[in-house]
Amino acid sequence: MSYRTPIKQARGLGSSHFGVAQWWAQRTTALALIPLLIWFVVGLAVHSSAGYGAARAWIASPVAAVLMVLTLGAVFYHGALGVQVVIEDYVDGEGLKLALITLVRFAAIVLALAGIFAVLSIAFGG
Amino acid sequence: MQTDNRPLSPHLQIYRLPLTAITSITHRLSGLLLGLGALGMVYWLIALAAGPAAFEGARAAAGSFIGQIVLILFSLALFYHLCNGIRHLFWDAGYGFELDTAHRSGQAVIAAAVVLTIIVWIFAYSMGGA
Repeated sequence: MSYRTPIKQARGLGSSHFGVAQWWAQRTTALALIPLLIWFVVGLAVHSSAGYGAARAWIASPVAAVLMVLTLGAVFYHGALGVQVVIEDYVDGEGLKLALITLVRFAAIVLALAGIFAVLSIAFGG
Repeated sequence: MQTDNRPLSPHLQIYRLPLTAITSITHRLSGLLLGLGALGMVYWLIALAAGPAAFEGARAAAGSFIGQIVLILFSLALFYHLCNGIRHLFWDAGYGFELDTAHRSGQAVIAAAVVLTIIVWIFAYSMGGA
């Protein structure tokens, strides 16, 4: 009888190959989002009620523009990874699973870039 | 042999979920809800970039009765997901797995989320309405 275990067939052939990196990315973006989202929510509460000019001046300031771009990047990175986990857990069938995850990633990238472009146009447009 | 009449383990509808299970599924639900909140964030930024007319449209939508309820729900989901996310980070580091600790940290997360939501809305209204 053979004492070989099937581990040699499984090694390096996990379901996606990206598990550990995604696990870490989920946590590092989570950590970054704690201060970023507190900053955004407080800033929104302070500036949005003061009208168009005040809100625009807030986002146009260099510090706020950089923090806003970071927030958008971290939100959509973290969000795409989170929704991917939910899809992987609840959606049956590899094809549908892959299609939905791809769709979520495209949507996350488009939305993040749209938001970042809006921030940059405010910051550079004056 | 009849096999379709065996005793069944409790289903979700019968079994009373412990607080740790409720906080777990709520973490997912609040995360999905925050995906919609992120859409709102991008809409607000695009409106701000597009000009005063678009921004006033976004402000009117946010300031309406339904808009305010949606924003309160988003903020509650955000603070819940943020606090429970910190709880998850402690678990990832290997702390807080004892049943009693996990139960009490769940209660603390719910309380913190509600308190932070109330504080931020009192603050927002004191600044002149959201």
